[in-house]
Amino acid sequence: MAACSIEDVLAKAEREEVEKLKSISVHKEQELEFDPGNLFAFDKNPPNIREFRKLNKDEFLRSLARDNTQLLINELWKLPTERVEEVIVAKLPEPTTRLPREKPVPKPRPSTKWEEFAKLKGIQKKKKTNLVWDDVHKEWKRRWGYKRANDDTKEWLIEVPETADPNEDQFSKRIKAKKERVAKNELNRLRNIARGQKIKVPGVGLAPTEQQSKTELGKAIHVAKHSTASVGKFQGNLPKEKTPKNMGKKRKFEPLIGDFSAEKQKQLDLLNIMDSKKPRIDITKAVNKQMREEDRQSGFQKRKSPGKKGRKGNFSGKGKAKGKGKKGGPGGGSGGGNSKGGPGGGKNRKPRMKQGKR
Amino acid sequence: KPKTKRSKRFLQGREPKLNENIKNAMLIKGGNANQTVTQALKDIYSLKKPNAVMYKKKNITRPFEDQTSLEFFSKKSDCSLFLFGSHNKKRPDNLVFGRMFDFHVLDMIELGIEKFVSLKDVKNSKFPEGTKPLLIFAGDAFETDNEHKKLKSLLIDFFRGPTVSCVRLAGLEHVLHITALDGKIYFRSYKALLKKSGCRTPRIELEDMGPSFDFTMRRTHLASDDLYKTAHRQPKALKPKKKKNVSHDVFGTKYGRLHMQKQDLARLQTRKMKGLKKRKGE
Repeated sequence: MAACSIEDVLAKAEREEVEKLKSISVHKEQELEFDPGNLFAFDKNPPNIREFRKLNKDEFLRSLARDNTQLLINELWKLPTERVEEVIVAKLPEPTTRLPREKPVPKPRPSTKWEEFAKLKGIQKKKKTNLVWDDVHKEWKRRWGYKRANDDTKEWLIEVPETADPNEDQFSKRIKAKKERVAKNELNRLRNIARGQKIKVPGVGLAPTEQQSKTELGKAIHVAKHSTASVGKFQGNLPKEKTPKNMGKKRKFEPLIGDFSAEKQKQLDLLNIMDSKKPRIDITKAVNKQMREEDRQSGFQKRKSPGKKGRKGNFSGKGKAKGKGKKGGPGGGSGGGNSKGGPGGGKNRKPRMKQGKR
Repeated sequence: KPKTKRSKRFLQGREPKLNENIKNAMLIKGGNANQTVTQALKDIYSLKKPNAVMYKKKNITRPFEDQTSLEFFSKKSDCSLFLFGSHNKKRPDNLVFGRMFDFHVLDMIELGIEKFVSLKDVKNSKFPEGTKPLLIFAGDAFETDNEHKKLKSLLIDFFRGPTVSCVRLAGLEHVLHITALDGKIYFRSYKALLKKSGCRTPRIELEDMGPSFDFTMRRTHLASDDLYKTAHRQPKALKPKKKKNVSHDVFGTKYGRLHMQKQDLARLQTRKMKGLKKRKGE
């Protein structure tokens, strides 16, 4: 009895298995062509036209589609899967259908002179870190660019070497050297491009470009106009052309021999300021202010965390020192360095120092 | 010429690359486009979103005569696929599918709409934008006839979607089924329901969805064979690199190969026997 039931159970299980497989298996005369990378399947079997005409067209098409989709899904379920963030995902292979490209294959960039030399010598590129430790400022700074580490143009003290001329300006020497290096780099870059595109680069002046912007054209016009023996003084304008004012001048300086009365007035004003015994800064006021600041600071310190101290100390210290050292500029500017000094000074907990015109 | 980094990146995106971007499609209405054609264009636009541009105004051009305006549009909007819809007495409900190579027309195939069921008329829920559809072509005409072969290639290009490395198995629901039968081409779109089947692979049931077209093939404009060859050329860098000196046998064992210089067998270092070493005295 038990044996019969076991056999029955086994037979039943087998039948169920077959049925399950039947539900997903589809019989086709010819195998379909699959391209899982594109989620694409191609059924080459000629469809049954008689059936198509007999049945409702949509029904026939739908059943055909169902069969084909089943086969494609079977194929896709065979792919390796992985679990990505609670979702089961199948890894698709590369698409095998050959489709035309959208744009032609890009030409490889022409190599620069250095790249060719490196290839010849077998020099490999060494990967460098982005930041470098700057001992002077005691922080990590960029290797190159804005606010870089070990910037020799920004040094405030340069020892004059013994072999150098004592009247030479070492600071401007370094700045000039930097400018030369930048210009040389730019020239080499343009030369590399020119070599790649097989056009010539002029040593001086503007390189010929196809589409020039307004500024570039303006510059070209200016250069052409002023390349005459009289440096463009007698070049007429075109009918609607306007001469641009102050081309090339960044600062306005008074002419040497111009308005005599204005110059006289300026000099007399200066003498008056120098003569007057009254100081530009009201010393008593400044000292009182300083004392008040210090008192307030010490009170603040006792209440708040020591972290705030730095900021306050920085402010007032700098402000006062610079204020005192300041000599009067041309007329104008408020006396003393404290901009908020007069009106707001009393109640300001955190004085914001704005250094005005100096 | 780019003045900002953003515009520079934008232009770099449009340059030719080794691994290309997904092809964009532009959908253009002709001089006299009727309701059917406009609705058809709108439906295909919704299938192809977001990689499609729909031109709202009518453009009076004839693709088969003059291709310059199409090429200009494609250059401006960086689209390499186009679909032009028009309607006249001689060719009613006309759709021209086409693609470009290097902003010049590669091939164009004109299909006439015999029957059209729009997305609007089908009551079911719509697919989320950007789902990669399962493409299935049926019919031996796609294998035997040259024009049908090109049409198959064009339609795959049009509807295949972005190339991805992995796909979510549960999200495979959009099915596009194209049959070539009886001289006509039947384009149907279904929603696939994955039902339990007892084993791991689910059983598929299809539900009618989306636009369905009955097309007839009209004129074609195919490029010359060598233009096709140039267009299909893949860069060498993309070919998979063959690993040398490594082989696998039938059972899956991995074999490697080492190349040695010729060894002098007389001086070969075998086991050292310390006791047999010659001492100084001897």
